[in-house]
Amino acid sequence: MTEQNANTEAARKVMIEMRNVNKWYGQFHVLKDINLTVYKGERIVICGPSGSGKSTTIRCINRLEEHQAGDIIVDGTELTNDLKNIEQIRREVGMVFQHFNLFPHLTVLQNCTLAPIWVRKMPQKEAEEIAMKYLERVKIPQQAHKYPGQLSGGQQQRVAIARSLCMNPQVMLFDEPTSALDPEMIKEVLDVMIELAEEGMTMICVTHEMGFAKTVADRVIFMDQGQIVEENNPHEFFDNPQNERTKLFLSQILDH
Amino acid sequence: MTTFTPKPDLPPPPNTVGVVGWVRANLFNSVPNIIMTFVGLYVIWLAAYWIIDWGILKADFVGDKASDCSREGACWVFIQAWFDRFIYGFFPDEEIWRVNVVFVLAGILLAALIIEAVPHKGKIALFSLIGFPIIAFFLLHGGWFGLETVETEKWGGLMLTLVLAVVGIVASFPIGIAFALGRRSNMPIIRSISIVYIEFWRGVPLITVLFMASVMLPLFMTEGTDLNKLIRAMIGITLFQGAYMAEVVRGGLQAIPKGQYEAADALGLSYWQKMGLIILPQALKLMIPGIVNTFIALFKDTSLVLIIGLFDLLSIVQSALTNPDWPGFATEGYLFAGFVFWTFCFGMSRYSQRLEAKLNTSHR
Repeated sequence: MTEQNANTEAARKVMIEMRNVNKWYGQFHVLKDINLTVYKGERIVICGPSGSGKSTTIRCINRLEEHQAGDIIVDGTELTNDLKNIEQIRREVGMVFQHFNLFPHLTVLQNCTLAPIWVRKMPQKEAEEIAMKYLERVKIPQQAHKYPGQLSGGQQQRVAIARSLCMNPQVMLFDEPTSALDPEMIKEVLDVMIELAEEGMTMICVTHEMGFAKTVADRVIFMDQGQIVEENNPHEFFDNPQNERTKLFLSQILDH
Repeated sequence: MTTFTPKPDLPPPPNTVGVVGWVRANLFNSVPNIIMTFVGLYVIWLAAYWIIDWGILKADFVGDKASDCSREGACWVFIQAWFDRFIYGFFPDEEIWRVNVVFVLAGILLAALIIEAVPHKGKIALFSLIGFPIIAFFLLHGGWFGLETVETEKWGGLMLTLVLAVVGIVASFPIGIAFALGRRSNMPIIRSISIVYIEFWRGVPLITVLFMASVMLPLFMTEGTDLNKLIRAMIGITLFQGAYMAEVVRGGLQAIPKGQYEAADALGLSYWQKMGLIILPQALKLMIPGIVNTFIALFKDTSLVLIIGLFDLLSIVQSALTNPDWPGFATEGYLFAGFVFWTFCFGMSRYSQRLEAKLNTSHR
């Protein structure tokens, strides 16, 4: 599978390109020379200890965080201070958050149709049809007219995924999507993500779900102290980690 | 293998629920509490006895002059005789119907907005904000379609109080939102302007503002430009309350979790879409108690226009008290003014509670 990827990589379209990206929070250097190329259809899992900069990395891709040095190019658009470019990129990049961040004053359906109607200028009826299609895909069409507060955590996260998909994004970013969920709800969210991966969506997931990484990832990236320490296919990454830090991290996360 | 069957729900013990349960739990649950209950009942009885005895049993209701009152109880004749002045100020008697039309129109619009069954809330709200003030102004001021002009110097009483309060409330709200957003803006110039505005107006007393508006402002204006005294008071009150409103709105904005801003950004919403569709609707819901608090304060503060020679309800009651034909009716006069103010403020408070309950979607 890796060789296949390697052979076709040259022919495949680059979705996201990060070149020497650096970021500081005041004096604190959070991201140090991040280089990452993501091809269309690729599934990437980023893992690492807390504070290693993995969330910050993906939040730079849609400008929730500003990078101070280096280039980020998403689907051919360079991320600069130009508001037009930022809005263009945000339309193409969907994001799912750890705490769902659904809009509590809107129904599930309104959550899903808001951005298509206001950002894509889609007629309401069409937006609602599309929203129902994606709510069916995440298996909660019957909750469409409820408010987020009436749903369980797992259901809310599935709505959040549907809400992002309604914008028909080129890339989906997942920022620890299962970390805030009760154990019995993690599976229903992962199932939706696996299905999405199988359909060929370009995905970058920050997650501690190593089972998910083994099943769907094309590449696993390990970050520590703001740097990419190791990058490999999941088979090699888990069975034959090269770096000391990676070995330590894997032993901590897997041996219990 | 045994199967699990949940036990059925039993009703709670009878003396822990209902009226009896409430009385037992709250009024007679300990010796000090029992004593407090009886002391409380006695105080309530004393107050109620005085109010009924003075205000109703010994009171005089009919007559048209001060000597018609026995003075053993309340003299409501005083209120009756002055009622039109209290409500309409110095509005000419034959033109009072115009004020009444405005009152009725306002009442209908208010009812249409409050009663949930009425459709087209958006259109009614739009008409109330734009159409109604224009109609009200031309009806009250006159000078068109053969209506006699009634100068604002003749406006007074409850009518003036309501005009000042409604204009202040409606105009200070958008000003508050604008400066609250400005104070949280990333743009340094807009942020500085907002901070200076808010801190300036919050730092001066309303009386000073009104004095400045009525005495100082004309000195700076070129000869011949005479801005109406009422309009100057309105502008002063609006700018003053706008600063308070801005801080209430800012508090609400700060209570919205960062995740809501990020989710809106991540979906590609523009700044105004994010604020208008996501942040403000949620923040305004949180702000209702603070907003209504400010509105109530504004409503009561309108009586300060007394010092620049405008006769609102309270000042007209006071001027009636100094009338030599009607000596010594201060209790009745102030009770009446207090009751009218209380009715409006309590109404606002109740409406805000209903609104809060209606808008609460988080825990349903």
